[in-house]
Amino acid sequence: MFPSRFDLVVAQTVAEAVEAKVDAGEGGRFLAGGQSLIPMMKMRVAFPETLIDINRIAGLDAIERVNGHLQVGALVRHADVVASDATFGAVAAAAPWVADPLVRNRGTMCGSVAHCDPEGDWNSVLLATGADVVAQGPGGERSIPIADFVDGAFTSTLGEDELVVGLRIPVPSGRSGGSYLKLERKIGDYATVAVASHLELDDSGAIAAAGLALTSVNPINTKVADAEALLVGQQPSDELFAEAAEVAAAAAEPRDDVRGTAAWKRQVVRTYTKRGLAAAAQQAEGS
Amino acid sequence: MEVNITINGSEHASDVEPRTLLVDHIRRTVGLTGTHVGCDTTSCGACTVLMDGKPVKACTVLAAQADGSEVTTVEGLKGADGLHPIQSAFTDDHGLQCGFCTPGMMLVGASLIAENTDPSDDEVRWAISGNLCRCTGYINIVKAIQTAAARVAESSNGS
Repeated sequence: MFPSRFDLVVAQTVAEAVEAKVDAGEGGRFLAGGQSLIPMMKMRVAFPETLIDINRIAGLDAIERVNGHLQVGALVRHADVVASDATFGAVAAAAPWVADPLVRNRGTMCGSVAHCDPEGDWNSVLLATGADVVAQGPGGERSIPIADFVDGAFTSTLGEDELVVGLRIPVPSGRSGGSYLKLERKIGDYATVAVASHLELDDSGAIAAAGLALTSVNPINTKVADAEALLVGQQPSDELFAEAAEVAAAAAEPRDDVRGTAAWKRQVVRTYTKRGLAAAAQQAEGS
Repeated sequence: MEVNITINGSEHASDVEPRTLLVDHIRRTVGLTGTHVGCDTTSCGACTVLMDGKPVKACTVLAAQADGSEVTTVEGLKGADGLHPIQSAFTDDHGLQCGFCTPGMMLVGASLIAENTDPSDDEVRWAISGNLCRCTGYINIVKAIQTAAARVAESSNGS
């Protein structure tokens, strides 16, 4: 298989890439790691007239902590996230479970976020940790909270001519922990169900902030705000996490498919929420 | 468009269509057919090559994206003094049955050994988790990679 014909623009700067996108209009697509876009092009599900390769742009490959945030550039590969010691909690937990080792060597975290595949892992992690997507367009740069960014299956609120140049994930200043529990049939498969958990504790050991998001059980990655609200202000306990798990299970609308029945997936949400929150609490208590 | 890729140490400058995939470029333009096309959908890893030292699925990289990079295919594993340790270990330990996945398995194995000469079963299985063997000959593949690692460790200790 091979893609339909396209013109390739190899951009050397972000400004050049954005300008190329403005020129290309609707027929233009950005190419980073290409681990979703190239397969889609080979299957002719995507057929851009112009492909704007951003891989040669200098300065987009850093993953580092800056002013209390984990900043991830547009060319940071999943493997770089796995290897980085700047990560924390749910980000560190999810990284090794994205795709497979070879795909992780090419695919980028920002590309996966921008792709908005409802079965993708990263958007759940970003929803749980309250991250921002940094986009640059012809009018300059703006930050978009992830909850406003994810709009639907394969759909974001990114402007037509905007490029995702990075992510800003707030690093908790106090005690915190996170987890990403993913059930998959085999390495490289999409999640059957995955749950991202994030907890921050105050000085008394009570939950000061909570993040919970689900993968593969709704038409988009889902932040379970009701469960988060239920957790905040409480002391971590198995009973509390079981309550949150009921709320998460009710927020999941999984479908029967080759990966399992809806009822069973909802049960996995329940179990993984309990386990994930317990793991996050344990990590926070030990931090 | 003009691309210049160093494949197994030799520079290959060619004029390619932007949509040319790296695996097709290697097989059809350069003529090295050791890199296989299996699923062609980024699942099986039969098309694995090392791009600047890291294993990638060449069916999911454009030749244009590899412009200026160094690519190693299975043909490039063999050195001046004979087979690469991973190749002799696959032979000795019967690490292949039909052989279709073998180029990818050996390249992933070689890249693992370059960083870790004492990989556990789990580490090897994790490293090859993006490569499928439809003969399900994983036991001997894991064994062969560990044999190669041990031989590399031994020879570097001995020298």
